[in-house]
Amino acid sequence: MHLTSINWFRYASPVSFFPVAQRLARWFGAAAALLAIVGLWLGLVVAPTDAQQGDAYRIIFIHVPAAWMSMFIYLVMALWCGMSLTLNARLSAMMAQALAPTGALFTVIALWSGALWGRPAWGTYWAWDARMTSELILLFLYFGYMALRHSIDDPHRADRASAVLALVGAINVPIIYFSVKWWNTLHQGATVSLTAAPKMAAIMLTAMLIMTFSVWFYAIAITLTRVRAIILEREKSAAWVGTLVGAE
Amino acid sequence: MSAKETRSGSAAWPGVAWALRRDLRLALRSKAELGVQLLFYAIVVTLFPLGVGAEPSLLRALGPGVLWVAALLASLLSLPRLFAADFADGTLEQIALSPYPLPALISGKILAHWLTSGAPLAAVSPILALQFGLDGSEAVALLAGLLLGTPTLSLLGAIGAALTLGLRAGGALLALLILPLYVPILIFGAGAVGATHAGLAAGGEWSVLGAALLASVVGAPVACAAAIRIALD
Repeated sequence: MHLTSINWFRYASPVSFFPVAQRLARWFGAAAALLAIVGLWLGLVVAPTDAQQGDAYRIIFIHVPAAWMSMFIYLVMALWCGMSLTLNARLSAMMAQALAPTGALFTVIALWSGALWGRPAWGTYWAWDARMTSELILLFLYFGYMALRHSIDDPHRADRASAVLALVGAINVPIIYFSVKWWNTLHQGATVSLTAAPKMAAIMLTAMLIMTFSVWFYAIAITLTRVRAIILEREKSAAWVGTLVGAE
Repeated sequence: MSAKETRSGSAAWPGVAWALRRDLRLALRSKAELGVQLLFYAIVVTLFPLGVGAEPSLLRALGPGVLWVAALLASLLSLPRLFAADFADGTLEQIALSPYPLPALISGKILAHWLTSGAPLAAVSPILALQFGLDGSEAVALLAGLLLGTPTLSLLGAIGAALTLGLRAGGALLALLILPLYVPILIFGAGAVGATHAGLAAGGEWSVLGAALLASVVGAPVACAAAIRIALD
């Protein structure tokens, strides 16, 4: 098959994407589970105890991947939103809708695990650190996106209105981050800083990267599973859904 | 074709002027509503010393933040006025169909909204600053920051007001959508007063507020027009 003969928009149709999503979700789900086993074994068993922080540092194997994913998913969501507005493709909007809960979940995990780590390391659950504050505001942005979607009954209007919101939010995320950073440095010096962590041992870094891929693949698998549910829900009057449900 | 031609840039300024005149006239006919918004601002600000105690040093430290957060809330409260009435009686649909470019008409409406909400609020803020024992230069920094910052609040808020047109959970939803976007304005606005209090020049904060204003003057009416067309679909 020649490259030019590939129809790039073939899988933009929910009908053809639905079975592909199922297969992809299985593979990514299996890969996520496998990597999680390896990553957690390396991180919790093989990696040595930290000289300064003891075993409390092991939270990074969950915390750092979750924090990375929380920001990355917002970016991907905004990308799908932009595609849904410009190309007017239903599936793009469905992908954005399916990503939001996972993004919010990782934001909560990052905040929660950070608080649990902060208690032994900093002596407090919450400090108005620039990263923590902007992560909290990111959580509000996710909640705003989901709340706007849920309060609009017409799915087409919900798609486009929430897409506008996600894009405005995506422009604002870096502005919020830098303003919070500026605010924080003015109010309290860098008494606590995640960036000043001691140089990380190779085994810890490996475990963390493996966990990052595990979390990433989990996000892909769960998003594809959720998008399948959304497709079924929104295309329920389509003939192919009728035959599919009738056949199973 | 002719409709397309009149949608060119030359029709933008008359569109702004028309919407500005119309909305100002409407707002000035219901003066009570404008007064209520200012009273809301004054009451919220007054509640804080009652809650935290009247210690002068504490109030001086809290003052800039309290005055700015109250301004954010007052701005939020006034946002439904922008489009809701026009949406309910169908005027907004006619406005969207007019030959003037929609972003220009929206810019006029937002400007009128700011002149009747943000500007008076900024004007009374030095008086309220007295309650917190802020001195002259700090009151000037507060006034300048509010004059630069509240137009941005109106511009960003207009996007949220357009997105939530006709929705059940209107008010609370609008707060959830818009307040996170207000964060940078709050930080730099209150920061300007704080810097003046610390004896530093507040030029940097004002520059950032001015930059945010310019960026949102360019971007917000376009996003708002897109949101209104979505709501009218």
